[in-house]
Amino acid sequence: MTGDAPLLSRVADSVYWMARYIERAENVARFIGVNLNLQFDLQLDAERQWQPLIDTSGDTEVFKERYRTANQNNVIEFLTYDAENPNSIFSCLRTAREDARSVRETISSEMWEQINGMYLRIQANNQMPERESLPEVFRSIRLGSHLFQGITDATMTHSEAWHFARLGRKLERADKTSRILDVKYFMLLPSLKDVGTPYDDIHWSAVLKSVSGFEMYRKKFGRLHPRDIVDFLVLDREFPRSLHYCIRNADESLHAITGTPMGAFQWPSERLTGLLRAELDFTSVEQMLRDGLHGHLDVLQAKMNAIDAGLSEDFFARAPEEIASATAKSSV
Amino acid sequence: MPFAQYQTDGFYDEMFDPQGAARAEARLLLETVESLDEGQLQRCQRAAERLLLQLGVTFNVYGDSAGTERIFPFDLIPRIVHAGEWSWIERGLKQRIRALNEFIDDIYHDQKILKDKVIPEEVIRSAIFYRPQCVGINPPRRVWCHITGTDLVRHGDGQVYVLEDNLRVPSGVSYVLENRDLMKRTFPQIFEGLHVRPVDDYPSKLLETLEAIAPPSSWQKSQKPTVVLLTPGMYNSAYFEHSFLAQKMGIQLVEGRDLAVLDGAVWMRTTKGLRKVDVIYRRIDDDFLDPQAFRPDSLLGVPGLVEAYRAGNVALANAPGNGVADDKVVYAYVPDMIRYYEGEDPILPNVPTFLCWRDQDRQHVLQNLDKLVVKSANEAGGYGMLVGPHSTAGEREEFAGRIQARPRDYIAQPTLALSRVPTLVEDHLEGRHVDLRPYILYGQEIQVLPGGLTRVALRKGSLVVNSSQGGGSKDTWVLADDGPHDASFGSQSQMQSGRPAGAR
Repeated sequence: MTGDAPLLSRVADSVYWMARYIERAENVARFIGVNLNLQFDLQLDAERQWQPLIDTSGDTEVFKERYRTANQNNVIEFLTYDAENPNSIFSCLRTAREDARSVRETISSEMWEQINGMYLRIQANNQMPERESLPEVFRSIRLGSHLFQGITDATMTHSEAWHFARLGRKLERADKTSRILDVKYFMLLPSLKDVGTPYDDIHWSAVLKSVSGFEMYRKKFGRLHPRDIVDFLVLDREFPRSLHYCIRNADESLHAITGTPMGAFQWPSERLTGLLRAELDFTSVEQMLRDGLHGHLDVLQAKMNAIDAGLSEDFFARAPEEIASATAKSSV
Repeated sequence: MPFAQYQTDGFYDEMFDPQGAARAEARLLLETVESLDEGQLQRCQRAAERLLLQLGVTFNVYGDSAGTERIFPFDLIPRIVHAGEWSWIERGLKQRIRALNEFIDDIYHDQKILKDKVIPEEVIRSAIFYRPQCVGINPPRRVWCHITGTDLVRHGDGQVYVLEDNLRVPSGVSYVLENRDLMKRTFPQIFEGLHVRPVDDYPSKLLETLEAIAPPSSWQKSQKPTVVLLTPGMYNSAYFEHSFLAQKMGIQLVEGRDLAVLDGAVWMRTTKGLRKVDVIYRRIDDDFLDPQAFRPDSLLGVPGLVEAYRAGNVALANAPGNGVADDKVVYAYVPDMIRYYEGEDPILPNVPTFLCWRDQDRQHVLQNLDKLVVKSANEAGGYGMLVGPHSTAGEREEFAGRIQARPRDYIAQPTLALSRVPTLVEDHLEGRHVDLRPYILYGQEIQVLPGGLTRVALRKGSLVVNSSQGGGSKDTWVLADDGPHDASFGSQSQMQSGRPAGAR
């Protein structure tokens, strides 16, 4: 669809991961920021409050190897500054910058300068700061990511490479929203005695704030209710961090890249994305809760991982001979 | 006053004459600098350094952990070349490139210059960068030296000499463009009243050069040829430049793994399948270009590339095999090449060079190690070098041993008193030694970028300008027209060496 300028497979790969890692850093920063705020309202022991963040990141094993207890200090260190943790904010920004550096000729100079600036700032301040400056650290990372997305949309041609960046960003976002919901739901729901109490409200609002969704949820549903929160975070058609919204965007970008009409597929990754989108288009909260939310979210995450692997196979990592024969076939 | 204590210390100063008066072309610049507020120069300097980091204008340092990047230090005071001197340099460079190009073409074909005994055959047979794989290849337009970065130096006698030709993969041109941009952004008032020749059109000229050498077949579909820049990857010391040039030319920056040779042609792997590549501006050394033709252990290159090139299905810039003329022993014969191929006397002189494989030269070198600069014939970047006057007895002994063991590998030259340019040191200016690397393009015709990279040895007294060893750079201003100036340029060499020592 996008004119004649070809996009190298390696470049597409790097642009995709650059966007994913910036989005990942933003999400980690938001999770920590919300949790910092939460501790004043809850009288939880440190472990119960901070362990879920590690579980959300999916790096529970790595954490256990390197730290003994999940207290505030250890968790923030691990998720923010730990250069050995590949998914710490520092590592995310470093990897995003490496990717950006390897495709500087493809992205705009403004994008590069923004990523480079974010990385240089965290590199210069790579130690845990005073307690009172922590919220500002996470705020600036969130804003840095928003700025990067704005710059990307405003300065880069919305051609193939841009769509790969959007794909990466949306898949990452959907994955993180599903994880925070999964971990919190799992943690919160068993304590049925709390249902309807102020503590319950605080927990659930924290989930929504973790994806910047609290205010938007209020407008739509008013009172906090687990069923509506699941509806909002998974199936909402308009909230930009809901799974449904993100997967729809990803599906659009993928079709923009391939030129295949919507609703059809040529590539395995297109088929997987279309299937997931259709599921989110037509499923209901009741169905999800009936099946068990945890199990359901697990399956959704597995499907997103399969899309990621499919993209790699279809666009990033094919051997030249294979491409040659595919090209020959398609031109017949 | 930043110039209050300034001394030329008996060196040739690019800004001041021996009496301490500003040279005609530098007077306006001097006035501007003198009129600045206290501390303004330093503020501009710091702003420039911040900007370099923010823009990511960095190079990678080998030997440091992977990914270590540094900015290439930049000094605000430009080096000025007046129009008259530049036109002489430009003519000299064009003449030299023409001759070198003919030499390389000759060496890989008839070897007339050897048969006519202008250059001893032994010199070529022992040149490690001579590539038998390139014999008989006819690159498009018979151009081999597409992009050259010749190193020039000015000695205490005021004469400009050619120090090295750098015909393989010269780097640094991105800093020329970035330095100019930086000057405009951080120190605009300094351009006041001067007409400095622009350098911004270099990427367009480079792209024109590359398109001009495309295989004729690639023009057939009335499409422009596909030009790519081949980089070893982002851990290469010059990676910034590779991505910078690709971006400015609007071409793909590719790595070896992005390319494949199928059916004798070169293709790149894109998300839409394979696309044919017509011209490769390669920034990878010959050795790593193609594991089938050169080093079999190379992971950076593209298997089969040289065969595709030989078949005329893809053009390479620079042409493989050029390195034979970068050998410092071959360098000593360039004036003879100019006379042989062009029938002219060289415009730009060589630095007198002693060739250690000649018994007489070697005796002289061994007796004068404390006065000479000894260089390995095939190393660059300021490595493998002995600067006699700055050396210890132990180092001289070590080099004497090396020279006797492998005389072919060493040459020696008089220690040059490189000219100096005022350079900001803390809050004042001091003279620092510089060289100059102009960039020459050869596609349809030979073009010289006005100016080039002025590298400056930032350490006091140091003569080593390489970025890896404490060097920095300055903007280089070629003036579009001269007012009255002193006419000392191009004067005959007054350099006295131990004895006459050209190539013969």
